[in-house]
Amino acid sequence: MNQSAISVAPRQDDPPYRPGEPAALFIPCYIDQFYPSIARATARLLKRYGVPVVYPTAQTCCGQPAFNSGYWEESRRVIRHFCDVFEPHRWIVCPSGSCTAMCRVFFEQADPDPRIVGIGRRVFELTEFLHDILGVTDTGATFPHKATLHIGCHGRRELGMAGPPQKLFESVRGMTYCPLPDMEECCGFGGTFSVKMPGTSLAMGETKVQNIVRSGADVVVSNDVSCLMHIGGILRRKPETKHIRTMHIAEVLVAGWEERE
Amino acid sequence: MYTQPIHLDGAEFLTEKTKGLAEPAAPGSLGVNAERSSKSNRAVTDSVPYFQDWREAAHQVKRYAIANLDKLLVEFERNISARGAVVLWAKDAAEANEHVLRIAREHNVKSVVKAKSMVTEEMELNRVLETAGIRAVETDLGEYIVQLAGQRPVHIVTPAIHMSAADVGRLFAEKLGEPMTEEHTKLADIARRHLREEYLQADMGVSGCNFAVARTGTAVVIENEGNAGLSTATPPVHVAVVGIEKMLPRLEDLPLFLNLLPRSGTGQKLTSYTHLIHGPAPGRKLYVIIIDNGRSNVLCDPAARAALYCIRCGACINNCPVYRHVGGWAYGWVYPGPIGSILTPHLLGMKQAGELPFASSLCGACSEVCPVKIDIPHQLVHLRHRAVNEPSPMRSWTERLTWSVWAWMMAGPMRYRLTMTGLRIGVRLSRFLPWHPGKLGAWTRGRELPEVPGPDFRHWWKRNKNKYEP
Ligand code: SF4
Repeated sequence: MNQSAISVAPRQDDPPYRPGEPAALFIPCYIDQFYPSIARATARLLKRYGVPVVYPTAQTCCGQPAFNSGYWEESRRVIRHFCDVFEPHRWIVCPSGSCTAMCRVFFEQADPDPRIVGIGRRVFELTEFLHDILGVTDTGATFPHKATLHIGCHGRRELGMAGPPQKLFESVRGMTYCPLPDMEECCGFGGTFSVKMPGTSLAMGETKVQNIVRSGADVVVSNDVSCLMHIGGILRRKPETKHIRTMHIAEVLVAGWEERE
Repeated sequence: MYTQPIHLDGAEFLTEKTKGLAEPAAPGSLGVNAERSSKSNRAVTDSVPYFQDWREAAHQVKRYAIANLDKLLVEFERNISARGAVVLWAKDAAEANEHVLRIAREHNVKSVVKAKSMVTEEMELNRVLETAGIRAVETDLGEYIVQLAGQRPVHIVTPAIHMSAADVGRLFAEKLGEPMTEEHTKLADIARRHLREEYLQADMGVSGCNFAVARTGTAVVIENEGNAGLSTATPPVHVAVVGIEKMLPRLEDLPLFLNLLPRSGTGQKLTSYTHLIHGPAPGRKLYVIIIDNGRSNVLCDPAARAALYCIRCGACINNCPVYRHVGGWAYGWVYPGPIGSILTPHLLGMKQAGELPFASSLCGACSEVCPVKIDIPHQLVHLRHRAVNEPSPMRSWTERLTWSVWAWMMAGPMRYRLTMTGLRIGVRLSRFLPWHPGKLGAWTRGRELPEVPGPDFRHWWKRNKNKYEP
């Protein structure tokens, strides 16, 4: 799966994780503000596997919106703030493939300062951290719904990590997994692309929505909530797809825990 | 949005049939056909166990070749001219056209047969020849169809991918007076019958060149229909136009590319014909025009240099979801899809093509299939950075101001919280607005805004952190 990625982003996973080492949460701005339940689920997941969690409250954004729009000078300013905040932390965990790719792959392009590049490589996407670093293969979650999985393109291709979300998702109990036709295709969000070229972005989103309907799922799950913001926005616009919910994978991986905790 | 479409001279259809990159204007058949060939080609490449190694090897060979163009070009010239070919150099399309016209005059050329070649599209050679009173006929079936229809190719490998068999049948009935048919074999027969005459009459054949081998001085042309063989060998004069980036160091490097290009382009293991042209056949003339036409602009930009590794297979185009929706003409020039978005801004300049790199969701589907491993999405963001800093349709002081303010707001926690409070109020209030301006309107045109939940994560964390912190 990693094979076809152009270059698998180097990540700082050596020396390996030692039990008891804390992880710093990087909660991207739109999750912090519009989807705080995802951030809560992320903290709960880490805690369950004995990882102490810290949340540096001075954090803001990774700089991706400006970077992808070409405004690298402006983006650099935000990247430096990010690095000032996260410098003391060895393991940084983020529940978004796209923001993780910004840190790990694109920091280098935006600002080749070795300090910046080094900090970017310490950022891990949540499912990747659980699966590859902690060795989790089953979170014991129960989710009795018909659900399908969409893996964001940045995670899939820039980070080359479609495996961890897929495996963890498939381990969920009681769930009917409805494979998504043309799963690898982009949903059309693309950050500012969605408003710069809205007609094209929406047309791509409609294709994704048709495939979701074809899958027969009632819940669309992704490791990238930015895709879900776009897909969910389209789903909710139409009466015939209104009933299909969107959920982040972290929320699914903690589903059904209450009873046993 | 698409304020400055790039016009090919004399191709009015571009303005008529294209709404630009922001709106999906492609005929449905284009998307369906591109997707279908992408999937079947993918199956072919995935079935080769060492395909990923081949890609890496090809990337390295091209890297070497592009880094050593100064030597390889001269070596190629020396070796092919030693066998009687006349090598001419052209800085740009205008100079290349002058060469072609001069050769045509010298040999008293009245009609030309053309094998498929994108570089001659860059030169708009058909129009140039026509203006000079010389008849030029495209002989590749797809090119022949679009030429008859008065269009331009929508794709670099399958120029008529937007047309169905019925469309072609109607076109042949109208333009050639043939009986209407939708059968592929019958359509091919009609084209063959008409084209045969052209080969026999033609005074000159024009082709491109897929690879140029420096050490042996070989121009390599690959094709499926036999038309390139007929176009280059039947008329007394053959003109091959070679982009400077086509160089390969040695003949030993060629098989790798002969394996990669057809598999990625059309899902074939090998093309039906591979022509290795070492010089003119006895009693005939061979001219080789080596053309730059903006390619050295790519060399001047180290972050973009890999764009010259492209072997024009079209895999990135077929696999591009944006291309499938907007079609080929929306890219305004010769090269559509992801490769167009990273090449055209160099070849035509940012001023004209600065918008192209923005026509992407940066999903990376292109580089996943590129047989020479060009890092297309990274080049796209690089070109976006250039486009907003250089004279281009994308440079805007209001955007610059917006992002500067944004950067200031995101560079400190207090400012961030203030901004976010404002944003939450804005999203809540926007529900009551009768209409949404600008970017907000672009979002809500077909999408709902996210619901604004209770307190943000920061608040929750303040109350619960003792359960989680070390
Ligand atoms: S960029 Fe790569 S995939 Fe696209 S046409 Fe060129 S070689 Fe083929």
